Amino acid sequence: MYRYDEFDRDFVAARVVEFGDQVARRLSGELTEDQFRPLRLMNGVYLQLHAYMLRIAIPYGTLNARQMRKLAHIARTYDHGYGHFTTRQNLQFNWPALKDMPAILAELAGVEMHAIQTSGNCIRNVTADHFAGAAADEAADPRPYAEILRQWSSAHPEFSYLPRKFKVAVTGAARDRAAIRFHDIGLQLKKNVAGETGFAVFVGGGQGRTPIIAVKARDFLPERDLLAYMTAILRVYNLEGRRDNKYKARIKILVSETGADEIIRRVEAEFEMLKDGALALPDADIAAIQAYFAPPAFIERPGGVALVRQARLDDRGFSAWLERNVTTHKHPDHAIVTISLKGVGEVPGDATAEQMDAVADLAERFGHDEIRVSHEQNLVLPHVARADLPAIYKGLKTAGLATANAGLATDIIACPGLDYCALANARAIPVAQDLSTRLAARQDDIGDLKIKISGCINACGHHHIGHIGILGVEKKGGELYQLTLGGSADENAAIGEIVGRGFGPEEIAGAVETAIDVYLAHRLSPGETFIDAYRRLGATSFREALYGSAAAAA
Amino acid sequence: MQVLTANRLIDGEAVWLAADHSWTDTIDAADIARDANAAQRLADIGEASRRANAVVDVNLIDIDLIAGRIAPKRLRERIRASGPTNRPDLGKQARPLAAIAA
Ligand code: SF4
Repeated sequence: MYRYDEFDRDFVAARVVEFGDQVARRLSGELTEDQFRPLRLMNGVYLQLHAYMLRIAIPYGTLNARQMRKLAHIARTYDHGYGHFTTRQNLQFNWPALKDMPAILAELAGVEMHAIQTSGNCIRNVTADHFAGAAADEAADPRPYAEILRQWSSAHPEFSYLPRKFKVAVTGAARDRAAIRFHDIGLQLKKNVAGETGFAVFVGGGQGRTPIIAVKARDFLPERDLLAYMTAILRVYNLEGRRDNKYKARIKILVSETGADEIIRRVEAEFEMLKDGALALPDADIAAIQAYFAPPAFIERPGGVALVRQARLDDRGFSAWLERNVTTHKHPDHAIVTISLKGVGEVPGDATAEQMDAVADLAERFGHDEIRVSHEQNLVLPHVARADLPAIYKGLKTAGLATANAGLATDIIACPGLDYCALANARAIPVAQDLSTRLAARQDDIGDLKIKISGCINACGHHHIGHIGILGVEKKGGELYQLTLGGSADENAAIGEIVGRGFGPEEIAGAVETAIDVYLAHRLSPGETFIDAYRRLGATSFREALYGSAAAAA
Repeated sequence: MQVLTANRLIDGEAVWLAADHSWTDTIDAADIARDANAAQRLADIGEASRRANAVVDVNLIDIDLIAGRIAPKRLRERIRASGPTNRPDLGKQARPLAAIAA
């Protein structure tokens, strides 16, 4: 795992002191709110409905036990005993007081964490595949490159005042678990025929009020050119992105208004001038960062298979959990564990301080001290021995974290919505809780299904790319929910279609159940997933069931 | 009818302007403006308080009186007045005497 060097440490420590001073000057009245707002946002401090909110970056979703315990400690000491993991691999505290922010940031700095660039029109926390470094299907661990990008983009003088925020996601696998086609830049690490490492580069994707799938700018960019090419893209965007209209300021709009071919041509022209210059990444520099991410020394534990087989016979709960929440690891005696933060009827992404501590303990005992946060609002133990799975399951069960639902209908993404968020139009959490309770009993029969809910068009809950997406809007002072079907975040990226008029708060869960019933009635076999069936069937039969045949014909 | 709301600077707590010009953390104690002049008076006091850095995000909000109690027209404001609807143990609704049904 990456450890701060002296530069990182000084930079973060200086920021803590600087922000502490700014908070003091705000509280004394020396700074007005207009002066202070951009400063607090630069440090991840928002004002929400009930209180301030602090958004903490978890770079590429990786943290260790000590860091997780620190988050638990902050939750207990400065908040109401819980935190919310988000689709951006961040952690949000919902109740901290402004006066306590400097102390919280100092605590975070003590474990090499911060809230820098979690807001503002800069390059945000770089996200990565949550199975990075562990997945059997990856070409290489994407996190060293994410770390290189973090260093390059932190307080980047040229790119600190972009037309709008800028999000980068990296994956090392062809199977996209990081939704890279829905980021301003998405990078897929791959090998070419010569066995060299490079990236497929996607640009101009995004969600929000104008969802767009990124276009591929390069099929193979050699790794040494990474920073030069990123700089070229950012430079074109910084100069030409629209600053006149906040809703048209993202790079996706520039790409779609100017045309992908023309933007790529300009990027390539810029890149020609930059390449082989100071931004070229020497192999030695890459190797130095890679060394921080060297896989742990995996000890052969061949007894695991028999042990797990016996445990499955003894405990059906374990067996179900193994089937859903355990993923193949690149080392045969090991496995990846997804820790569901989606217990039936629970708030997606919320974890109590006790649960954070429990996960930290398990990571330390069984998981080489590594924890991941997924953009699907779950936690992951990326490196555990198969032989330890029964013990891990037991530990998770005690902590209320053993729900066997990864990838199922109750593994719902939901943003904070109107229960917390100042920008929200409707609640998202209660809709998720209601759906979770209704669907729990039959989710095994329904199979793989991604339901995603946002409380406003900003789409933090990824509704556009849910197989079933739900968007909350405000209508006549009340809540209304728009249903979209057929979205997909992975390598077969798709934006969900709005199937018809919205549903009231009491109707929306029923409408989702109706859509699921249509799928169950029409699927060719239990092996045909919801999204596959939807692609085969199209929207019509769903629309008919939801609105009647007259609406479907319209 | 309107009341004036804001968030307290030091901790972000949702507050409403009371008749004695103090900020109260329960909407029940808010001063009600029944006409435009009264609303303007509230807004002026709020603006002075904002300038004095006691509060941020000062807004007049529309309310009804239901069974004698203040009920904001918008769900957003009802949630601000009570707390997250999924966590009755948190926010103002969790405090004695301050519960308001969202
Ligand atoms: S989607 Fe809207 S409501 Fe949800 S967290 Fe984002 S801004 Fe808030």
